[in-house]
Amino acid sequence: MARLVIDPVTRIEGHLRVEVIVDGGVVTEAYSSSTMWRGIEKILVGRDPRDAWLFAQRICGVCTTVHALASVRAVEDAVGAVPPLNARLLRQLIAASLFLHDHVVHFYHLHALDWVDPTSALKADPGRTAVLAQSISDYPRSTKALFTAVRDRLEKFVTSGNIGPFTNGYWGHPAYRLDPDVNLLAFSHYLDALEFQRDYVRIHALLGGKNPHPQTYLVGGMASPLDPNSQNAINDNTLQELARLVQRGIEFVEQVYLPDLYAIAAAYPEWTRYGKGLGSYLAFGDYTLSAPEKGKPPAGGLFPGGVLVDGKYRPFEPGKVSESAFHSWYRHDDAKPSLPPWQGDTTPDYTGPQPPFDQLDVAGKYTWLKAPRYDGRAMEVGPLARMLVGHAAGDKRITPAVDAALQRLGVPASALMSTLGRVLARGLETQLMAHYTLELVNRLRDNVAGGDLTIADNTKWDPRNWPGGRSLGVGFHEAPRGALSHWVVIEDQRIRNYQAVVPSTWNAGPRDENGNPGPYEAALVGTPVVDPDRPLEILRTLHSFDPCMACAAHVYDGDGQIVTKVLVQ
Amino acid sequence: MMSSCNAKCADRAAEPDPAPEARTLADRLDDAGVSRRRFLTFCAAMVTTLALPERLAPRVAAALSKVESPVVVWLEFQDCAGDTEAFLRSRNPSTADLLLGLISLDYHETVMAAAGRAAEKARDNALTKGGHLVVVEGSVPTGIPGACTIGGRSAEDLLRDATRGAAGIINVGTCSAFGGIPAAGPNPTGAVRVEDIVGGVPVVNLSGCPVNADNLTATIVHYLTFGEFPATDALGRPLFAYGDRIHDTCPRRGHFDAGQFAEQWGDEGHRKGWCLYRLGCKGPSTFHNCPSVGYNDGTSWPIAAGHGCVGCSEPNFWDDMTPFYGRLPGVQVGDTNLSVDQIGLGVLAATATGFALHGVGKVVQHRRAASREERAAEQPAAGPPQFTAWPRNRKGQ
Repeated sequence: MARLVIDPVTRIEGHLRVEVIVDGGVVTEAYSSSTMWRGIEKILVGRDPRDAWLFAQRICGVCTTVHALASVRAVEDAVGAVPPLNARLLRQLIAASLFLHDHVVHFYHLHALDWVDPTSALKADPGRTAVLAQSISDYPRSTKALFTAVRDRLEKFVTSGNIGPFTNGYWGHPAYRLDPDVNLLAFSHYLDALEFQRDYVRIHALLGGKNPHPQTYLVGGMASPLDPNSQNAINDNTLQELARLVQRGIEFVEQVYLPDLYAIAAAYPEWTRYGKGLGSYLAFGDYTLSAPEKGKPPAGGLFPGGVLVDGKYRPFEPGKVSESAFHSWYRHDDAKPSLPPWQGDTTPDYTGPQPPFDQLDVAGKYTWLKAPRYDGRAMEVGPLARMLVGHAAGDKRITPAVDAALQRLGVPASALMSTLGRVLARGLETQLMAHYTLELVNRLRDNVAGGDLTIADNTKWDPRNWPGGRSLGVGFHEAPRGALSHWVVIEDQRIRNYQAVVPSTWNAGPRDENGNPGPYEAALVGTPVVDPDRPLEILRTLHSFDPCMACAAHVYDGDGQIVTKVLVQ
Repeated sequence: MMSSCNAKCADRAAEPDPAPEARTLADRLDDAGVSRRRFLTFCAAMVTTLALPERLAPRVAAALSKVESPVVVWLEFQDCAGDTEAFLRSRNPSTADLLLGLISLDYHETVMAAAGRAAEKARDNALTKGGHLVVVEGSVPTGIPGACTIGGRSAEDLLRDATRGAAGIINVGTCSAFGGIPAAGPNPTGAVRVEDIVGGVPVVNLSGCPVNADNLTATIVHYLTFGEFPATDALGRPLFAYGDRIHDTCPRRGHFDAGQFAEQWGDEGHRKGWCLYRLGCKGPSTFHNCPSVGYNDGTSWPIAAGHGCVGCSEPNFWDDMTPFYGRLPGVQVGDTNLSVDQIGLGVLAATATGFALHGVGKVVQHRRAASREERAAEQPAAGPPQFTAWPRNRKGQ
């Protein structure tokens, strides 16, 4: 039995540490710790609610638009501003293109090196790689000459002895199972994906001036004007370029990402048996063009909302969300360690060891994340949750996509609840989103062509037109990593309290007061570890969730007392 | 504004070739599959970005051909990885060229293959020789050291360790350069900028939220070409990127001078690209080259997309430039631009005296509401939103 610490967990956003007990070559216990905290919600208290999205956006620079969107939705919910259709279209275009960008970057640049050994690609036969590539895709960059060039480039790089970010990778690890030709294919697409993502994300610059951190959201609308007769607004040129980029996205997903995913998955069938975790799933639902309903997640969109426990589907009820601070570096009351978000007290209380340290005291507080619970139960959120909830709800787009993928791989539906299942679910929803993005561009074009140039609800811009006294708002969003919600209390036109309950907090959170683990902690149990000095298998399961720790570890409920009063009113 | 370094740097570029090294940048670029033609195109683009005379392009190429690619250790502390994402959008050179040869990026948690001890070993090996570049993203929490640990070590410890023997520090983004959002009031973790922790090493501050990838790659190339960082202002920001006020280089300046302003989101003026001052633009108090360089392959920048500048390259902008939709005070709208230029001069004078005086000190009415309770208790002013500043909270004070 050995205690193994992995810190830093790399190829993620932010700072994640895991401590696991390995017994007989298998993980028997796991503890997930987020080791960085800034306190952004605390910083928001007292400020103009119209500024909140800019602050909240900086929660994360990877999923750079999700917190901006959840934030404006929360403030709009509180003050009664209704974004017009154009604004809803623009927001969804940005969100949908982030989705595709984020999932592609995750697959190639954050996750692929867990399955792909580039050093093995040196032994590849570029001719055979080309034959393989052409057999699974009509991607034009699949010629022998191109693969030869990539292999030569890789060879020179590796033999130079100075391999930069590839230094000390677990190359040659027995868990790498891909044929050299597939490794060359995947590494070649690692480089292509770098170029693709840089171009594709220009959608955010066209609509919001820059990426990361596009600067275009407003409480009540969006700041990018629409006018077919102006060269200083989103016009026909912009729409044409958007359509080109969106089309390129569809092609990259269908010609590169998905074929690669299936080619890699085929070599690792046992990974449908590892990493299952909790088996409880939550999705809020999102991506509808309908106007928002107060206090509720967007319904009837591309992704349905719902809860899946013990295989049973139920609708999501916002009132059942709570968070436990029992094992988190925040003050808690032993009598009531788990509280609904609006009543939470998250005053920092760092009781961990003073650095430098070797181990955390996992019997006490051991992370900057709280443990979100739904009806007292830990839930997995993210692509897998969305695909399973959508399938259970009989969604007309998700159900056939999931069924076709299972048939193609020749595995039962239960195989989805696994490390590899998460990877597959992410690919499937990327394809759905890629096509939905094109629908959005067309809807925007039609709406503008019809003469609607409205981008904001200017009646609610001036805070003097907001409801007086105190008002509550919540903004729900399905971010690439899962169900995201921002909760705001506004008092006399200022932020009185702000809280975000974030996908990676749901997934990477610690045990609760009853000792029940979070999704990462549960999923790692049973993961094999062949070589404790090179814990490649642990990274596979962790990366299948796509951790985003700056997102997760920012929680700070500034003023629990006031919120409590609001709730009992 | 022409940097004083430029003349000196030009001389250096013309100097005879240094002694041949084992593996030069030219070798590594060749290894990385960068063709000679692409390399020369890239050198020409760099000369433009760096505001060097065009005739220097061949000299830059000659100098670059002879240097070794530097070991780079990229540290992430209290960050959002936005600067890393910006780096991944590099176009010239591309990210692939950077990763596979132009620099030797031996430690970068977001992209590196190794994890845990193997990652720490890669970092420690990179540091042993010295002469490396340290890129820092994110601020350092000195109030709660446990608020940022990696491998069980504090951010401060790691920063001190990594910068010992370093050739230079490149702070990417406003958090490492000036404290950024973690240091915004009330600065819950006592977050500070890098220069509050370490010194004695050349430092360049590439502020911005996030850093502009073109400015980062240009700084790296300048360093490779001339062996030193570009000339900077008193805040350590390169003059080639932060030498001019946004307001002075803004394509909408003509509308400002003509008194043409967008008044509401989506109104005629907004659609026609009129000045965004009345919707809160902070361009008159912000130094950055966004108007000329743009973001994402030069596609756009915030004002071009219709939203005012928020001043993200300035120290304490989260406190001094908020509320973001309030109007900068002291600007006589519809009058001449005299008073706005005075604001600009005020900024220049203030920044020139160093970090102790912050950018908009001369024009911003400071409030001393130190506590959250006081701030929360304040009522919004009657009438249109007023531009006011939060108290500064450096080092958690």
